[in-house]
Amino acid sequence: MTSAILVSIFMTLVAASTPILLAALGELVTEKAGVLNLGVEGMMLCGAVAGFAVAFSTGSTTLGLVAAVVAGIATAMVFAVLTLSLTANQVATGLALTIFGIGASSLIGAGFVGRTITRLGPVFPAALSDHPLLRAVFGHDIVVYLSLALVLGVSLFLRKTRPGLILRAVGEHDASAHAIGYPVIAIRYAAIGFGGALAGLGGAYFSLALTPMWADRLTAGRGWIALALVVFAAWRPGRLLLGAYLFGAVMTLELQAKAAGVTWLAPELLAMAPYLATVAVLTMMSLGRRTGRLDAPACLGKPFSAS
Amino acid sequence: MLEWRRRREPSAVMLWLSPLIAVALTMLIGMIVFTAMGYDGFHAVRDIFLTPFLEPQRWPDLGVKAAPLVMIALGLAIGFRANVWNIGAEGQYIMGAIAGTGVALATHDMTGWWILPAMALAGVLGGMAWAAVPAFLRVRLQVSEILTSLMLTYVAVQALYYLVRGPWKDPDGFNFPQTRMFGADQTLPAMMEGSLVHLGIPVALLIAVVAWLLMEKTTAGYAVKVVGLAPAAARHGGFSADRVTWATLLASGGLAGLAGLFEAAGPFGQLTPQFPTGYGFTAIIVAFLGRLNPLGIVFGGVVLAATYVGGEIAQTTVRLPQAATGMFQALLLFVLLATDVLVKYRIGWKSRVAP
Repeated sequence: MTSAILVSIFMTLVAASTPILLAALGELVTEKAGVLNLGVEGMMLCGAVAGFAVAFSTGSTTLGLVAAVVAGIATAMVFAVLTLSLTANQVATGLALTIFGIGASSLIGAGFVGRTITRLGPVFPAALSDHPLLRAVFGHDIVVYLSLALVLGVSLFLRKTRPGLILRAVGEHDASAHAIGYPVIAIRYAAIGFGGALAGLGGAYFSLALTPMWADRLTAGRGWIALALVVFAAWRPGRLLLGAYLFGAVMTLELQAKAAGVTWLAPELLAMAPYLATVAVLTMMSLGRRTGRLDAPACLGKPFSAS
Repeated sequence: MLEWRRRREPSAVMLWLSPLIAVALTMLIGMIVFTAMGYDGFHAVRDIFLTPFLEPQRWPDLGVKAAPLVMIALGLAIGFRANVWNIGAEGQYIMGAIAGTGVALATHDMTGWWILPAMALAGVLGGMAWAAVPAFLRVRLQVSEILTSLMLTYVAVQALYYLVRGPWKDPDGFNFPQTRMFGADQTLPAMMEGSLVHLGIPVALLIAVVAWLLMEKTTAGYAVKVVGLAPAAARHGGFSADRVTWATLLASGGLAGLAGLFEAAGPFGQLTPQFPTGYGFTAIIVAFLGRLNPLGIVFGGVVLAATYVGGEIAQTTVRLPQAATGMFQALLLFVLLATDVLVKYRIGWKSRVAP
């Protein structure tokens, strides 16, 4: 009995962590290429609304997920054109992307408020996914397994492959990478696109899996938390996984406390927890490091032009 | 073939023309997008961008909406100049309102000329306190002020919800989650009979002029610009980047807090869960539209105020959803950043002669 409850808590934790993990992983790759895209929250919202709109209209959550990825890439490309081709300030453009995502998702979603869809279901057959204990391993939906595979894939890509090395070189020293003959701008376009795809997918996880119902500003700042996670993880995918699940644990605690009817702590104070935890974690990260800087890619946020 | 050529120096003409081009382009794109979505795009754009200016009875409303935007954007812009990215102004705005409301509730059965100034002071200090956290973390520990100021916004929103549903709930309010209404000495005096026009409007204009003088005519303003443009040169010149970070964050927090207090003691007259208005985020657009220049920001504030007022008009005339306002505002910022390319580049014909 108790173990079934633990499994159930674990399931909530995994579900809460997955969208942040996805968005943060995409941002990690983008930042490894030397680009700071603060538009994660905006891309997530565009993915969330596109996923919901398509899933609602077609009845297919799979098509919804595809649409979310496309929407994420599309919005990321607007950012890429502005910052890479027109050398606009990355911070300002990222903020613009988030403000745009909030506005666009609110407008498109206006017609969907309160509508519901069928939630994204588990991949494995009911015998495994409904089992009180085996659920912990076999009870998740496709996106959870995909996110774990992506962490492994990105980690291997960055550490073990030649394209991964080139991507890191572009982020660490764009001028040298350019001099050797690597297409800095093209590589950054690809990295931003990958970041957009994962942010879109993460956003859709909110509207297709966590709450199969549309509400305005569904992501509630999780995109910003994903950005903080990249710093926490010191740009390493393995630590990102750890961070995202730790964070999911904080949010699960909040939900559990609410469900258990904890009255000595107001629900509003519990709702602050994830954001306060983020500030605390960022602070502790800085206290723990000896030098003045983290292991951020050297060219992070700096514009590059070949001429 | 057309080609972009990098200008040797940024174009001063384009620097001031591009915001106007951006507004015009936003109107055009908006017209196309909203027509494609099945709305009357032409009338929507006319109502959002022009009607508020053409109908004098809307002007007071424009001022009421523009004042907090201008006030917040002034503070943000000075920070942005120094590469200090305070994007949590919404939280500082809420905290200013909370601190000022604290004074209002503590004095609710009192009268006196001093109450309103005390509320304003509390508002400024509340905003400053909320901005001091990111300032401290950035200066002492190099934690990104972008993330911390934003996280604190979500905390401020929850603090507001907690107060209006809990300790500060109006005892005679039929259990509605809101504070008691402020008394006569706790509300901003109306400057025009029967309208919402309040003291915040002239104050915002005054602050804009002071900010302009500060930025253009004083060493402090010069230090802010140098720290933003050339941190190494600033160090060499003896300007402390840390001091600039503290000063700009405290100034922008204080201004956002004052704007929040003016909203609470003006149009709202109490605190309710609807208080987070998003002005703190829209002010970012105002700052950029105004070219981070205090006087330009007054122009930017009026344009963004028009989108709010016009958005309401378009809701009734062409049944445009309220969310369209946000979309127009975001579109404006995007187009503005895109037209910035005209400042740095000129369009020319590619010469066919081989080099």
